[in-house]
Amino acid sequence: MPDTLLEVENLKKVYESSTGVVEAIGDISFTMRRGELVCIVGPSGCGKTTLLKCIAGLLAPTSGRIELDGVGVTSPPPSMALVFQEYGRSLYPWLTVRANVELPLRHTALAKDDRARLVDDALRAVGLDHAAGSYPWQLSGGMQQRVAIARAVAYQPEVLIMDEPFAAVDAQTRADLEDLVRTLHRERGMSILFVTHDIDESVYLGERVIVLSKSPTWVQEDLPIDLAPERDQIATRALPRFTELRTHVYEQIQRAKRGEAVRPSA
Amino acid sequence: MTAAIRTAATPRRVAAGWRRVLESIWFAVGFPLLLLVVWGIWATVAPQKFFPDPVTIIRAFVDTWIGPAFVEDVLPSLARLGVGIVLSIVVGVAAGTVIGLVRWMRELLEPTLEFFRAIPPPVLVPILMLIFGPQDATRVLVIVAGAVWPVLLNTIEGVRSTDSVMTETARSYALTFGERIRFLVLPAASPRIMAGVRQSLSVALILMVISEMFNNSEGLGYRITYFQTNYLIAQMWSGILLLGLVGVLLAAIFGFVERRVLAWYHGIKEVERA
Repeated sequence: MPDTLLEVENLKKVYESSTGVVEAIGDISFTMRRGELVCIVGPSGCGKTTLLKCIAGLLAPTSGRIELDGVGVTSPPPSMALVFQEYGRSLYPWLTVRANVELPLRHTALAKDDRARLVDDALRAVGLDHAAGSYPWQLSGGMQQRVAIARAVAYQPEVLIMDEPFAAVDAQTRADLEDLVRTLHRERGMSILFVTHDIDESVYLGERVIVLSKSPTWVQEDLPIDLAPERDQIATRALPRFTELRTHVYEQIQRAKRGEAVRPSA
Repeated sequence: MTAAIRTAATPRRVAAGWRRVLESIWFAVGFPLLLLVVWGIWATVAPQKFFPDPVTIIRAFVDTWIGPAFVEDVLPSLARLGVGIVLSIVVGVAAGTVIGLVRWMRELLEPTLEFFRAIPPPVLVPILMLIFGPQDATRVLVIVAGAVWPVLLNTIEGVRSTDSVMTETARSYALTFGERIRFLVLPAASPRIMAGVRQSLSVALILMVISEMFNNSEGLGYRITYFQTNYLIAQMWSGILLLGLVGVLLAAIFGFVERRVLAWYHGIKEVERA
């Protein structure tokens, strides 16, 4: 299957500490195709961040397998870019916006001009070409997260992983950033794995929504979102189908929280 | 209308800027001047054998230090001080980075380092002089032996407390080891490193003087001790005055460097305060 980009198989993560053993992730399996935008949504504390860190190769799973492009992930793969929720702690405050975006490209084989072109292009894509010489802390929260996105875009990853990237920005900025993610996906064909706790956001953004159960986590539902690819903050959200889907996901999350859904025995 | 006001306001703003510069200079030198005046009056009203008036001391300062003594005593001292400070910073930052990054090394070494740091370096001076002989390198070693600790321990702490998200960012973008040191670890630790350097400077100055008090024949510390034991009181005070000036010079250089290295840090603080 050439168009399978990411494959997660029977992933399990158990934390062992002095206070006891905590099973964060029970058994998660899903696949993601090239060029897809998949949202992962689940109740709070369901191990979303743990899942992402495993996929990103930052954390070793207890058991199970993660494959990117058919290659097992054991350390951070070079064809993957991450956008964190804590933009303030992910950008380096001693570097300018431009230097932050350029940093991951420094050790690539690219010529200086190509590198500069990629950086300019990425900054333009997120609408920040005017702020290249500023420092991140001189920008608003939403703009800082745009810088983090530009850094990921310039890196030209096979897959972009976003961990609740808009949880810390205000509602209006959030809508703008959601549309930015849609644009990047549509115009650049980027494969994006987007983790959120916001049900509306997951339905609005995704082509598929993966609903996680509460911890120890498994995939409770893998829901295709049959909305048109062109989405609009007002029109799409007003569609009856949008309401149906978000109600469905909402109910699934409620069931997940109460622990009603029964895990299928393998 | 607004334009007219703006053009009218510009010269006044320039004038205000100049006034502020003059004001800050006046504030900086005002208090030392006041002290000198009080001291001068005091010395005239109640003359003291061991604490002469400022005019005598300043005259002694000119006679003693401006001339061959500057080349024979002051410059060698300053050179040793400079080399000692630079070595302390280089060794402290390099060793501190390694120890801060490697956990088992930190756990292994930290208690021992605290022990060495707690030893007052002057007690080591005679024995170091005995072992290595009274030469320049030994005196530099004395300075480093005391001044390296604040830099070293602050670097370890700064490197250790690098933000976890910043580290994960570096890992996920597969930054090379060199890039991580240069663009993440050292800048992230730089506020702590600079705090350590600031402490080291005063320690280094003290040790420069002490290292020259034992079997030596040149240097600021030697000269001052010589004046002291020969009852050349005004000259002795002029030497102490010179030490103070060296301290002021060090602080000025440090401030200049710090403002550049930590510009981002002060910027964030300003944004947070606003």
